[in-house]
Amino acid sequence: MKVLSEERTRILFEKLTKYIGVNVKLLIDRPDGTYCFREKKDRVYYISERLLHLAQTVKPDNLIAAGTCFGKFTKTNKFRLHITALTYIAPYAPYKIWVKPSAEQQFLYGHHIIKSGLGRITENTPKHHGVVVYTMSDIPIGFGVASRTTAECRHADPLATIVFHQADVGEYIRSEDTLT
Amino acid sequence: MGRKAKFDETKKVKKGPGRKARKQPDPVFKKELLEDDTTEKKLTHRQKQRAAKRAKKKAELVEKRKALKQAKKNVAKQKEVTIDDEGDNSSDEETPQGFTDDNKEWLKPKQKGKQKEKSKPKTYKSESEDEDDEEDDSGNEDDDGSEMEVDSDDDTSGKKKVGGEKYKVGTLDDLFKDSDDENGEALSEDEGADSGGKLEYDSDSSAAEKDSDEDGDEDEDDDMLPIEKANIKLKKKQKIDKQLADEELQLNIAKQDVFAFPSEEELQNPASLQDVHQRIKDVVTVLGDFNRLKEEGRSRCEYTDLLLKDLCTYYSYNEFLMEVLMQIFPVQELVEFLEASETARPVTIRTNSLKTRRRDLAQALINRGVNLDPVGKWSKVGLVVYSSTVPIGATPEYLAGHYILQGASSFLPVMALAPQENERILDMCAAPGGKASHIAAIMKNTGTLFANDANKERTKAIVGNFHRLGVVNAVICNHDGREFPDVMKGFDRVLLDAPCTGTGVIAKDPSVKTTKDQKDIQRCFNIQRQLLLAAIDCCSAKSSTGGYIVYSTCSILPEENEWVVNYALKRRNVKLVPTGLDFGTEGFVKYRHHRFHPSLKLTRRFYPHTHNMDGFYVAKLKKFSNVIPEPFKDEDDEEIDGKTTEKATENGDVDGESDEEKPKSESKKPVKRPASVDSAQPQQKKAKPNVQAKSNVQAKSNVQAKSNVQAKPKEQPKPKGQPKPKGQPKPAEKK
Repeated sequence: MKVLSEERTRILFEKLTKYIGVNVKLLIDRPDGTYCFREKKDRVYYISERLLHLAQTVKPDNLIAAGTCFGKFTKTNKFRLHITALTYIAPYAPYKIWVKPSAEQQFLYGHHIIKSGLGRITENTPKHHGVVVYTMSDIPIGFGVASRTTAECRHADPLATIVFHQADVGEYIRSEDTLT
Repeated sequence: MGRKAKFDETKKVKKGPGRKARKQPDPVFKKELLEDDTTEKKLTHRQKQRAAKRAKKKAELVEKRKALKQAKKNVAKQKEVTIDDEGDNSSDEETPQGFTDDNKEWLKPKQKGKQKEKSKPKTYKSESEDEDDEEDDSGNEDDDGSEMEVDSDDDTSGKKKVGGEKYKVGTLDDLFKDSDDENGEALSEDEGADSGGKLEYDSDSSAAEKDSDEDGDEDEDDDMLPIEKANIKLKKKQKIDKQLADEELQLNIAKQDVFAFPSEEELQNPASLQDVHQRIKDVVTVLGDFNRLKEEGRSRCEYTDLLLKDLCTYYSYNEFLMEVLMQIFPVQELVEFLEASETARPVTIRTNSLKTRRRDLAQALINRGVNLDPVGKWSKVGLVVYSSTVPIGATPEYLAGHYILQGASSFLPVMALAPQENERILDMCAAPGGKASHIAAIMKNTGTLFANDANKERTKAIVGNFHRLGVVNAVICNHDGREFPDVMKGFDRVLLDAPCTGTGVIAKDPSVKTTKDQKDIQRCFNIQRQLLLAAIDCCSAKSSTGGYIVYSTCSILPEENEWVVNYALKRRNVKLVPTGLDFGTEGFVKYRHHRFHPSLKLTRRFYPHTHNMDGFYVAKLKKFSNVIPEPFKDEDDEEIDGKTTEKATENGDVDGESDEEKPKSESKKPVKRPASVDSAQPQQKKAKPNVQAKSNVQAKSNVQAKSNVQAKPKEQPKPKGQPKPKGQPKPAEKK
């Protein structure tokens, strides 16, 4: 568990801002204690200071995970958000998209969301901004990147992709081994 | 573009075959079934009618004749005759008469009947013109082996054939022809069976006739030979006596013995499973009321041995495990347990109270076509799934972490642990994280949860489950649980769901039935003991809210449960407290030769047959002092073990012997430990309590290894006394 380098911190926050905007600071300034980001084997964990102290007593070799894994840095030093970050992203995300029940399954298998599966979408969603994907019953099931603005969506072809898939909860089953 | 095409294709393809598939199979089944039904019904019906008529006629004839005879003879005679029926059938006195004119008479009409009804191939007709012998007949009616049998039956049974019998044979042949004409072998077989029934019926009647005829013969004989007359009288008297004797015997048997002990031949030649099952039932009833139902000269041992073997074959257990199970349960319950272990428990899910409420979840799942119910009043988060149209482990709700698939029994240890908010809790053997996430949910993500597992691969499951369920207050680590006190101590509560033989979850993993033996159990409870001691060491008695340890296994063997807890009670300053579970059966205080601490009543056992959940054991311990007492107490153990060795030999089995070994190893530990450890300890303790704990473990294991080889009896007579040698107050672990 080591502190993130300056550059990596910047990369991480840039990425997070894409999804939750200014709410990023809510992740840092929390009323229930201080939380911090720590890095272990290129994985970034979001963890409370209190828990961190305790976790540091465990030998690094034996420590598997602590707190919540947000994602990992790739070899090219880009940050990739994992589905495990959904717990924190979903409540803060300003832009959301709801998919119809018929399209849920498609998305959970890792496909993009097409216009015909689009149930609702937040007003004024900008292009290429991170969006959290919800079912119609308001269960967050993943996130992605909007390929069109809300206005463009209205006039889109029914088979046009609206959201590029990035992560979905189906990964808990599909790729449990690589989550952390 | 490609995708569009794919979607369309798949949809179209799916729709097409679906409709067809539904329509096609039904008529295929129906046709066959209908045909079968009609043919069989018609035939049997006619036959029955005919047979009934014939039977009536015959009965009338017989009655008339008998009435005549009765006038002449005693009632006794008639009885004899009825008794002899079967014997007479086989006796061939009158067989030669089977091929006389009488036969010719009845042969003709039968064949005519056939021709009329069936309009069989003409070859048959021409042949039937011979009409001389039965044998010819059977030959003509081409190919039916069963028919041959029937004919031969007729030969044997019907010696003296009177007019009445014609009809019977006729009907039989009719039957077979019908079957030949209309259907394949299966049908003919069925009908053969039917006709077989008919045959018996007919032959009975014929037998009755015979009897009457024979009576008539006897009458004639009597007239002819006076010596024979006297002889017959004698015989009759003897028979009457026999009859009475038999009746008496039967009465006695009915009172005494429902079940006759099988002979050795029967035992050696394995019967069908059904027979074995029946025998199991019988033996169980016999054992239930042994004094009254036992066979003279048979001991209880013989019955239990037989039961053991039968149960092993029927449920395919190895003998060792079955023996152990027989010691745990009374026979009646044992069978229930085995039966329950064959069927899987209902699927249960646990609502993740971090993300949703049970009612909402139930509603959502019902909308997906899942049929479910609350698991019981004892749990507020459990749901039983009866049936589901969707895979219950892959619904969006599941993936979003609203619930986890978890056996009902897995709720129990967590409920017993009763975690409080803001506590520091350790789950020593956490994978795959079901119970640990339950703890986190009860703590509402406050405090700290350490989820440890010794298997690195399985820790990945913990990670996945925790993130899916939204558990954020957890540290997941990969240590050997026995070394965990070295890593961290001072937990408020510790849950130890120890690895075990899994005898409670045979339904989930049937390989347990055959793979476990004494060594496996021994290995298991050795690890469990060490783990439990480690768990107790990790816990802090100073905790204001906690200081509790919950020990649970999914095994039902007392060796892995009560004995382990009992062991810990002696070696650490812990006491048992009520688990807070208001159901389940009490833990054993006595088991075979073991006499456990009476407070083990407070532990809880759960069985598949009584509670409809996996077999489980839960014990809750409260640590009242961080001091690790001197390991002198083992003398109690030793004492018990001294008894055990004697008792175990009584059983004299493999089991008994190995049991002897275990206590040895235990009994030796205390002896050596004071010598080896004590001398070195005092200095170490102050400096490094951990080292001491380790060295203890090592010493133990070494001693065990040795002691298994060495002879035991030397060490047994040790001074005991010392009720609770908390002796040296060790400042060992305050933090």
